[in-house]
Amino acid sequence: MEKNINRRDFIKFSGMTGAVLALGFYLPAKGKELLVGNLATQELELSPFILIETSGKITLINPRPDMGQGTFHSIPLLIAEELEVDIDKIEIRPSDGNPKYGAQLSGGSGSVAASWLPMRKAGAAAKEMLIKAAAKKWQVAESECYAKEGKVFNKKNNSSLSYGELVEEAAKLEVPKEPKLKEKKDFKYLGKKSMRVDIPSKVNGTAIFGMDIKVPNMVYAAIEHCPAIWGKVANIDERRARDVKGVKDVVKIKRPVFMKSPECVAVIADNTYAAFQGKKALRITWESAEAEKFNSADYFKKMREMAKTEGNPHENEGDVKAALSKASKTITAEYETPFASHAPMEPEACVVHVKEDSCEIWAPVQSPDTSAFGVGGQVAMAIGMKPEQIKINVVFMGGAFGRKAFYDFVVEAALLSKQVKAPVKVVWTREDDITQGPFRPAMLNAFKGGLDAKGNVTAFQHTIIGGSIQNQWGGMANGKKVDDWAVEAVDKENSPYEIPNFRLDYLHAEPSVPLLWWRSVYSSTNGFAQESFVDELAHAAKKDPMEFRISLLEKAPRFKKVLELLKEKSNWTEKLPKGKAKGVAIVRSFGTICAHVVTVAQKDKEIILEKVVTVIDCGMTVSPDNVKAQTESNIVYGLTAAVKDGITFVNGKAEQSNYNNYKMIRINETPKMEIHIMDNDEKPSGVGEPGLPPLAPALANAIFALTGKRLRTLPFKLEV
Amino acid sequence: MAQYQLLINKKTYTVDVDMQMPLLWVIRDIIGMTGTKFGCGIAQCGACTVHLDGVAMKTCLLPVSAAVGKQITTIEGLGTDKMHPVQQAWIDEQVPQCGYCQSGQIMAATALLAKNPNPSDEEIDVAMQGNICRCGTYQRVRQAIHTAADLMKKETGGEGGKR
Repeated sequence: MEKNINRRDFIKFSGMTGAVLALGFYLPAKGKELLVGNLATQELELSPFILIETSGKITLINPRPDMGQGTFHSIPLLIAEELEVDIDKIEIRPSDGNPKYGAQLSGGSGSVAASWLPMRKAGAAAKEMLIKAAAKKWQVAESECYAKEGKVFNKKNNSSLSYGELVEEAAKLEVPKEPKLKEKKDFKYLGKKSMRVDIPSKVNGTAIFGMDIKVPNMVYAAIEHCPAIWGKVANIDERRARDVKGVKDVVKIKRPVFMKSPECVAVIADNTYAAFQGKKALRITWESAEAEKFNSADYFKKMREMAKTEGNPHENEGDVKAALSKASKTITAEYETPFASHAPMEPEACVVHVKEDSCEIWAPVQSPDTSAFGVGGQVAMAIGMKPEQIKINVVFMGGAFGRKAFYDFVVEAALLSKQVKAPVKVVWTREDDITQGPFRPAMLNAFKGGLDAKGNVTAFQHTIIGGSIQNQWGGMANGKKVDDWAVEAVDKENSPYEIPNFRLDYLHAEPSVPLLWWRSVYSSTNGFAQESFVDELAHAAKKDPMEFRISLLEKAPRFKKVLELLKEKSNWTEKLPKGKAKGVAIVRSFGTICAHVVTVAQKDKEIILEKVVTVIDCGMTVSPDNVKAQTESNIVYGLTAAVKDGITFVNGKAEQSNYNNYKMIRINETPKMEIHIMDNDEKPSGVGEPGLPPLAPALANAIFALTGKRLRTLPFKLEV
Repeated sequence: MAQYQLLINKKTYTVDVDMQMPLLWVIRDIIGMTGTKFGCGIAQCGACTVHLDGVAMKTCLLPVSAAVGKQITTIEGLGTDKMHPVQQAWIDEQVPQCGYCQSGQIMAATALLAKNPNPSDEEIDVAMQGNICRCGTYQRVRQAIHTAADLMKKETGGEGGKR
């Protein structure tokens, strides 16, 4: 019975009839590891990732939505490599959020790392079944057959059968439990240059983003949110909005923001422009006195006061206090990093159609997840349906950087659709995007370091102060004093500098604005602070900042190798002319080690960022060109955060609202970038974020080398 | 509301819209071509760039009335018979990441190359600085414009571009 329901579900999803080889994963009752299963013979529920039809058509399902980091290509490529098919000849479809697909989130730079083995296993299992089917047909041993380019060949007479011709027979076979995976030396696609399959559609305007969705009878909604974020609507004067040609309705709804639901007012219209004009014409009186008490300048003042108190230890090795008191030289420093907005090029936009007994979503989201934390679960809860009643269509994200793993705009569209009884397209303005958050937490990092007479570091005290993302769901409850997310990238595991007395503390300072993971999250703020302070220690010890780091990483060979290669590639030891300088920084985040050397030059009062040379160790790669592309992307994103604008709040309102006052790095400000990938056989780790954290400190360290001025607050200006 | 005739990608469209409606929204919502994007609404990011009589123009503030009588080309009108060398170069250099800004980048780049078939890095930087890419694909945009210049020269049998 189970099996039949399974098949029916699947046919509904795929629209396929007739024989098909369909493989997916299932979790055995007592197992921990996912096993590959065959839809035709498997008794347990599973959703197939690989579909091969008798026509020869191959469809691979990508469960990791693409926000620009290339998962639409890299995840199916893992299957294609083992299955021996050309990725250009297969169809790739996004998964639909069905829990049977397992994890479906793009985030934490984790998609390739988590998919590396399971996806390859699925591909290899399918290949073995097809070979077995061919061997049976030919009455030869399996060892006499091999797969290549979507066909199985007979070694003896070189005859072949296409996968499509083998599907019927292969679908009846048991799935091999431990299919043999290819060795790195035999890879045809992985680790080689491959052309991203999504790119052709992104150069001719045919790629469909959330902003581009259209369904019949759809209406458009623009939403006026409370300027101080947390507000209630005291009064709406909607007369002028209703006078705008094309405006159909004005509707009050609630925007879900973690555990709170601030009110907002939507204007429903028959096109985006009319909705925007209607939104501008609204006159709303907000009740937001409490929210208006928040000022980011006061928040930093409070954190500076907290920095004078003792933190809550996360890691504590040796005796930092004693070592500091014995040190021949101690230095202290505090680093401040602002709130930041993701500001993806595509403002939040999606379409939701709530019908009598079902709901369909078309949205650019980082996961089609239907759990309570996922978009499906949140929409279901908001409109009083069950997750099974929600159908989710994931489309390309026009950038996300963490923002589109937050589903407020989708829930808004669902609430509106339910009220107006039509499909609703919600389009946020850029101003909504930048002023409403959620934001990267503003942080203060305080340090005390001790050196002995020879310049060896004997004590390292690091206190991280700021807001907790997870606490917005109550993650710091039950007396928990350290946010274990907030200490990422600078704990001993990720930052293995050999220092005998080491302490890493956290102090929770609650801001009243919503917070979210922003590209590389706390690694961005922690990495800037720590790698700047390590540079301060190197200078205090009168040592070369590169050699100083290498000497502290003797027992961390992967780190040391990265720096040694970077030293060579960046020509670190060259004598620079007056008015030029270099800076270095290294951070491991999301499992990947990345180090940059930044070269700066002084031109009158201006500092020019001439070049960034990078070494990245992310283990084996799926697509080395994409590793480079992502690292270039992280350099530009990190540079924007370092030298452009932070988000500041006065009376609860963000002072920045669009690209004119929340500025972005542009092409004329982009340095030359040269990315080197460590060649090794280590397990793959992500690249969507790790290039970011070391950028700001490498730049600040270069500027210190140039000017002698230590920059401890982001953003800073590129001037002497 | 008023009626306007617009010549978009060599085809005439008659639209009945508010005279202040920016060309961007006429193209996207009224005519239904979604390759041209909305990014900021204040002519800062260039995601909405199209050609008016061959010149790259941001359209998110440009009233529809200002486009009447002009030849409008959008990303959909580029390379309809054969892929435009700029589009080919964008693929060769693997420029797009999220891809959202790339229609605008490509329209700006094609307008630049039509005027200056052999731009230097500095000339590219000047011509392209009105287009923001939050994925930071700028280094590849620069490279792809040089590659496109080379491809265009090959088509016309000329020399390679300057680097």
